[in-house]
Amino acid sequence: MADSGVTDGPDEKGDISHAKREGTELTKEEKQRLRKEKKQHKKNKERKDDKTSESQKEKPPTERSPTSKQAAHPPTQKAPLAVPTPAPLPVPVLDAPAPAGKPAKSKTEIKAERRARQEAERASKQGKKGDVIPQVPAGKAKLQPSELQPVVKRLPEHVQVDNPEVLKKLAKKLERQQIPLRSDYGYKVSLFSHLHQYSRKAPLTQQLSIPSTVIHPSIVRLGLQYSQGIVAGSNARSIALLHAFKQVIRDYTTPPNEELSRDLVNKLKPYISFLSQCRPLSASMGNAIKYIKKEISNIDSQCKEEEAKSELQKCIDRYIDEKIILAATAISKYAIEKISDGDVILVYGCSSLVNHILCEAFDKCRKFRVVVVDSRPRLEGREALRRLVQRGISCTYVLISAVSYILPEVSKVFLGAHALLANGYVMSRVGTSQIALVAKAFNVPVLVCCETYKFCERVQTDSFVSNELDDPDDLIVTRKGKTQLGGWQDVPLLGLLNLVYDVTPPDFVDLVITDLGMIPCTSVPVVLRVKSVDQ
Amino acid sequence: MNEEELVEYFRTQMRKDPDMASAVAAIRTLLEFLKRDKGETIQGLRESLTWATDCLTGEDSSVAVSSAGELFLRFISLTYLEHEVSRRKNTHKNTCLGRRARTSFLHALHFHVGLSQDLSRCKKVMEERGEMFLEKISSSRNKVAKLCHTFIKDGAKILTHSYSRVVLRVLEKAAAEKKRFSVYVTESRPDTAGEQMAKALGKLNVPVTVVLDAAVGYVLEKVDLVIVGAEGVVESGGIINKIGTYQMAVCSKAHNKPFYVVAESFKFVRLYPLNQQDVPDKFKYKADTLKTVQNLSEEHPMIDYTPPSLITLLFTDLGVLTPSAVSDELIKLYL
Repeated sequence: MADSGVTDGPDEKGDISHAKREGTELTKEEKQRLRKEKKQHKKNKERKDDKTSESQKEKPPTERSPTSKQAAHPPTQKAPLAVPTPAPLPVPVLDAPAPAGKPAKSKTEIKAERRARQEAERASKQGKKGDVIPQVPAGKAKLQPSELQPVVKRLPEHVQVDNPEVLKKLAKKLERQQIPLRSDYGYKVSLFSHLHQYSRKAPLTQQLSIPSTVIHPSIVRLGLQYSQGIVAGSNARSIALLHAFKQVIRDYTTPPNEELSRDLVNKLKPYISFLSQCRPLSASMGNAIKYIKKEISNIDSQCKEEEAKSELQKCIDRYIDEKIILAATAISKYAIEKISDGDVILVYGCSSLVNHILCEAFDKCRKFRVVVVDSRPRLEGREALRRLVQRGISCTYVLISAVSYILPEVSKVFLGAHALLANGYVMSRVGTSQIALVAKAFNVPVLVCCETYKFCERVQTDSFVSNELDDPDDLIVTRKGKTQLGGWQDVPLLGLLNLVYDVTPPDFVDLVITDLGMIPCTSVPVVLRVKSVDQ
Repeated sequence: MNEEELVEYFRTQMRKDPDMASAVAAIRTLLEFLKRDKGETIQGLRESLTWATDCLTGEDSSVAVSSAGELFLRFISLTYLEHEVSRRKNTHKNTCLGRRARTSFLHALHFHVGLSQDLSRCKKVMEERGEMFLEKISSSRNKVAKLCHTFIKDGAKILTHSYSRVVLRVLEKAAAEKKRFSVYVTESRPDTAGEQMAKALGKLNVPVTVVLDAAVGYVLEKVDLVIVGAEGVVESGGIINKIGTYQMAVCSKAHNKPFYVVAESFKFVRLYPLNQQDVPDKFKYKADTLKTVQNLSEEHPMIDYTPPSLITLLFTDLGVLTPSAVSDELIKLYL
């Protein structure tokens, strides 16, 4: 991305925050200066060692220092395990100024000192209010989900909304990436107070200025589509994401003195933060992003920019083709074997994959009829009903409260999945586990259809820890002129809960149909292992 | 080797050693077929082997014969590519090779169609691998017996179903270890194979009682454990066995008695039945019934499907497995 037109390079912090609010991208020097000032503030409070800080200021920004500063900056905020790695990096930077003022110390002593200093800094920060950086006044909880660190097993930020320190860390991260924070809305039910709850009437894009040179316009559009529910369903979201990234790559130009493989990945990070602020990332999107990042970092540094860009676009096209479109064909091939003439098939909600399977089976002249089960507030079943009836399949439509009434007639249940977890649990639209439970009680086989790119390494045994809360205002409905829940905000202890996902244990699922074949639910880790060997 | 010769050879093998599993006889026949095959191409060889397996399934429709045939084919086709690879002095990981083998048996042959010298060398290696495979599965029953007999404690009362040679071998081993136990065998209509089992056990001086199939629920409170054989082990971890096994499994679950299954690894098959109805017809009835009878719905099925939730453990030559581990093993065998 080209640098913004602000060429004067304002020295004061006020100007920098002004530039940020205008939505223009900070130049590299401005970013460095901001970082340096923050560090200075901290150092002044801790040690009052003027010589070191002065010599740090004087040091001209070289190629190494931005990276080392960046490396030094996060350890003070993030995991303790990250400390040893940046410690060697800042040491060579400080080595030069240190002998200037202090008596010559050995490298190990300096390292140990540095480590002790960082520990002390972190300890004192925990106790402080931490108003070093001027914050945008925030209402309630705000945060931004980031990816799990591979080494240290911490809770992801998006399930720690009620922890103010986590929020502060994330607010700082977002500020650095110049992404506006989205504030939570409404009273949250206590069991789910650790999750975000946003209102659809306050999309993140309202806080962005137009035009914004920080975030690519196709990403802004995508974020809006996600938060308003225009693009919904995990396959649709992943495909939209990949197309938006293709556009980003097309418009990308490598800045001078930078490598495409490293710079592009860094460019994508604020976009991903923005998208997860609009709507939390799904497992399929997470896997797609991991794939893209891997492909980008594998780009040969000798490659010309045009070649690299077209290569990346081809990779993305191939991913969509293989993992989504061809996988759907393979899954329908296996699933059609399980549909026999005279079957009554129950489906829940609108899963693109299950609809595809049923349409294919109908084209292959299997005689069956479908029962579509639907639930409020999304009423996605109506979309599925529309698509199936258009094909000519005879359907019945019921609400989820009637499922135990209709199940004695049903011979099979086909369910879609949002993600398949490593312990065999199926994460899907809320209501799925209820249907699986009732089907098990009636001894009706439950089949889950899921592509392998939705398999994720996470382990979850309940629907509370990691979930998504949708806009609570969706539950308000007007019947016969009366809106019962209209004034819910005024009732002090009333909370409306609009959950999006739930988790089904593997005992209720008889069979999982994937593009690799038909497997029992407990064999998901085997597939993950096989896949990782393949890649 | 045409169809009659094939079937005749198979029948002779069965007659020669009645203790041998029909699947082992099928493998012997396929190996003989491979030796006598005069095909020029690998693809032709593969097709004729598939045809031979179909003929044998036509003779004996048990699940084990078809699964053994498929595994044999897979085992020797891995040979082809290993031979290929070692010839070209490539270094591939074994797992990578296994997966490639699955999809590229036909793909790889494009390199070597028509090179007769290579073909004969390949065939030789295939035959050797076939012999190795046969040896491996012949010793599988002993491996299973070695694993299982430790689960039979002194003074145990065992319930078993119909005539299974693997269960017999297990009980022989346990008796040889000087354990005292008594056995209840179900009569297992319509072919009353239970009587055959009782006779064989009598020769071992094991106290045995033959009970009616209807008396399984009655006798279960006296029994300590249930051991059955299997005709096929399916992908879900469930088993296909003589009719009456499912009933026994349900009753033992109700009584909280352990339900053990003993099966060799060549019986693992790539089926995934959801319920009784989902088992393909070609396995449900005897081969002659399938050929002669027009309306199958009037025939009584000979086998049933036991779901994995009712099985405690499976003893195979690959080790002692829980039903959920069967899928893992199948992926390793077939993928």
